[in-house]
Amino acid sequence: MNETATPQMQDQTLEDYTTADGRKIGGVMMDLKSITLRFGGLIAINDISFNIRQGEIRAIIGPNGAGKSSMLNVISGFYQPQEGEVWFMGKKRPTMRPYKVARQGIARTFQNIALFEGMTVLDNIMTGRLNFMKTGWVAQSIWLGSAKKEETINRQKVEEIIDFLEIQTIRKTPVGRLPYGLKKRVELARALAAEPNLLLLDEPMAGMNVEEKEDMSRFILDVNDEFGTTIALIEHDMGVVMDLSDRVVVMDYGKKIGDGTPDEVRNNQEVIEAYLGVSHD
Amino acid sequence: MFYREAGDFKTSYAADNQTFPIAFDRYRYWVVLAIAFLVMPFIINDYWANALLIPFLIYAIAAIGLNILTGYCGQVSLGTGAFMAVGAYSCYKLMTAFPDVSILIHVVLAGGITAMVGAAFGLPSLRIKGFYLAVATLAAQFFLVWLFNKVPWFYNNSASGQISAPERFVFGVPVTGANTDAWAVYLVCLVFVTGSAIIARNMTRGSMGRKWMAIRDMDIAAEIIGVNPLRAKLSAFAVSSFFVGISGALFFSVYLGAVEVGEVFGINKSFLVLFMVIIGGLGSIFGSFAGAAFIVCLPVVLKLIGVDLFGWPPDLVAHFNLIIVGLLIMFFLIKEPHGLAQLWRVAKEKLRLWPFPH
Amino acid sequence: MSADFLYGIEVILNGLMAGVMYALVALGFVLIFKASGIFNFAQGVMALFAALTLVGIMEGQIPFSHLINEIFGTKIHNFGWEVPALLAIALTLLVMVAFAWAVQQFLFKHLVGQEPIILFMATIGLAYFLEGMGDLMWGSNIKTLDLGLPQGGSRVIEELSANLGGDDFYGFFIDKLDMVASVVAIILVLALIAFSQYTKHGRAMRAVADDHQAALSVGISLNFIWVLVWSLAGLVALVAGVMWGAKSGVQFSLSLIALKALPVLMLGGFTSIPGAIVGGLIIGVGEKLFEYTVGPMIGGATENWFAYVLALLFLVFRPQGLFGEKIIERV
Repeated sequence: MNETATPQMQDQTLEDYTTADGRKIGGVMMDLKSITLRFGGLIAINDISFNIRQGEIRAIIGPNGAGKSSMLNVISGFYQPQEGEVWFMGKKRPTMRPYKVARQGIARTFQNIALFEGMTVLDNIMTGRLNFMKTGWVAQSIWLGSAKKEETINRQKVEEIIDFLEIQTIRKTPVGRLPYGLKKRVELARALAAEPNLLLLDEPMAGMNVEEKEDMSRFILDVNDEFGTTIALIEHDMGVVMDLSDRVVVMDYGKKIGDGTPDEVRNNQEVIEAYLGVSHD
Repeated sequence: MFYREAGDFKTSYAADNQTFPIAFDRYRYWVVLAIAFLVMPFIINDYWANALLIPFLIYAIAAIGLNILTGYCGQVSLGTGAFMAVGAYSCYKLMTAFPDVSILIHVVLAGGITAMVGAAFGLPSLRIKGFYLAVATLAAQFFLVWLFNKVPWFYNNSASGQISAPERFVFGVPVTGANTDAWAVYLVCLVFVTGSAIIARNMTRGSMGRKWMAIRDMDIAAEIIGVNPLRAKLSAFAVSSFFVGISGALFFSVYLGAVEVGEVFGINKSFLVLFMVIIGGLGSIFGSFAGAAFIVCLPVVLKLIGVDLFGWPPDLVAHFNLIIVGLLIMFFLIKEPHGLAQLWRVAKEKLRLWPFPH
Repeated sequence: MSADFLYGIEVILNGLMAGVMYALVALGFVLIFKASGIFNFAQGVMALFAALTLVGIMEGQIPFSHLINEIFGTKIHNFGWEVPALLAIALTLLVMVAFAWAVQQFLFKHLVGQEPIILFMATIGLAYFLEGMGDLMWGSNIKTLDLGLPQGGSRVIEELSANLGGDDFYGFFIDKLDMVASVVAIILVLALIAFSQYTKHGRAMRAVADDHQAALSVGISLNFIWVLVWSLAGLVALVAGVMWGAKSGVQFSLSLIALKALPVLMLGGFTSIPGAIVGGLIIGVGEKLFEYTVGPMIGGATENWFAYVLALLFLVFRPQGLFGEKIIERV
């Protein structure tokens, strides 16, 4: 890896600090070490390392096909990298199925909305609570005591999120009938319902108009601020990325070409070339 | 008393979450139950019980079972007939091995055994999806039927290769064998149907049901939000097979009394139950009842019209039955993939707003 | 060579020819699936319907005669003429094309964009409809189909091969009809491949199979292509129906034999024509060999389920089939 391209930030001691707007950033939560992911002959991710710190908003940017979504899929356990290590919460993560990764407290949204179209908004968000619902099938089948109580407790949590994201009126609407922007919001709600430590957002603002983008940006900041959730997001809108994020990773053709604060990245020569399309040697 | 939800405020999440949120529906549910339990047994007669009511109740259980697997969990099975056979043969073996135990317990145990067999055949569903899985379930259909035909242990070495139900009593009243009364058989089936529907409803509205539906709607996303796909699918296969097994056990023990496996539980039975689920409505417990009622009534009604009214030969009417069922399947898939249950919902929606259309 | 070994070879040869028949039905599935993503469960009933229609036309039966007789109290059954086989085949083909058009017009046109499993269930409905329709049109009694195809074991092969083994080997018993069927099936497969590779409509068909939208954008009529593939599937069904019908009579079980094509497809992959052929041969040989070797030990009639269980086990280890492409899941 070209060390000059990775700014100093990475090598700084990872001391806790407080951002200008008063949020606390802690130690490394997720550390990705030399990740390589191949599909047959195609190298989607080529020896990439970066970390995500407790409490920060980390953006991954890059042109189409740079391997950003693949990176998110590696973090959420959907793809298993051929090489490299994933460290989460100070421990090396063994190869595990995605549902186990989710149970460690990683939730995500998807680039092409992956809601459960046959269910209502409420039920969709309730699926985010599934890992908190432990009553056995006997109790559920007679719907007495614990099952009923558990349903109510989790429903309360979900209602808080519904209030937070201002989607009260569509609670009982089947998801299939919703417009695009609202679907994105419901998907965020489902991810939030899981009370994640790390929230992955794959293009949360793709295809939105300016107002919707503003709404979504506000929600992202609020989530980070109020719940202290660490967020890693992929986004194409540079303005949004620069405004929202604490640190940015830049990818191009499966490689990392920049890493640092928005200002550092903005002035990085290689990043500028990648975005302005200057030819690679 | 109008069909309204205005003024019927929900003050707790539990109240908002009940099966029939509208008061009128709740009253109707109790009225239907009261008639089914308290009135029907006194006015029932043999013909209507055997031609309509009892098959309807038994098929409704099978349809509920298949609906859990196909409608809620999205796994199409063409092996329902074979799983009914597992229920029937389990019940037969239990009845003959432990004659002193109540038949009601045997039926439930037969469901349990079928659940295990179903889960075993559900194992490939983790790797095989969509109609690949549908075809794979044909393996269960053909293999199990062959097994019950070829291994004499299953039919206690009877000369005919059939199984026939010995006489058993519930509270001193015969419910299987030659001397049963229609009302007793009817009540046994009704108890099982009611129990099955309540259990199915409870399972599908809680976290289990959401896991199933998540797998149905998008299995990859479901896994990424934390649903263990193997457990979700296997539990759907097991629960589904449990109901199917109960229905098979009842079909054999209290309804037919004697069964030749290839004839009764062949692939056509699998299709029949699948059709009930499609016509009734995928993913709806009420739909399972509607579909079962429809498929059970159709040949009877056609026979009334064709044979009794027009005097046509029965085979001609049977051809019409095939054509109409086929047409209806296509019609519902085109016009209303959610089946009769959706038509019912739409009607209720209209009624709720009546007389103002918006 | 020992007689057991030679009988084993005979089993394999017969298995291969059964396999060709399975492959033939499977081919009908593949054609439709490739072009439209529809898994046509009705293919077997189409074979039955085609055979029924062929017999009906040849014998000069009046369609719906039962129904007409019941309604009007008449006693008509036959036109009183017999149609020569070739003309009857041509007329049956016309019926199948009309059927293809109707299926497209009244069913799948209204199901565009639906999930594959919905389309699949629609074809189950179609199968029921067509079965009832076939019975209603031509009656449900078992019919014999006599196209003058050779029947019975081949004396020539039997005598030629008799001296391969010892005294207890009497030569290979191979049905002449099976040999004819194999030849016809091979010709049909070659013709279909040639059609899809070298003709304009064949190319259009492959384009549609690749990408509906792209095909549409270069001016290919999806509707036409789909009617075309259903017609071709009808042709394949007719050939399969004739071969099987000539062998065991035209009756309902014919549509069940066609269910055997399903495991063939699972082995070969739904989109591969070579896969359908190889899968057919594997299933044909496999089930005959299994019945010959293991069958007697466990009560026989294993042909009922062997193919399905084999396909099931195979799929667990290789979900994309023999020739299918590896599935990469995306979100």
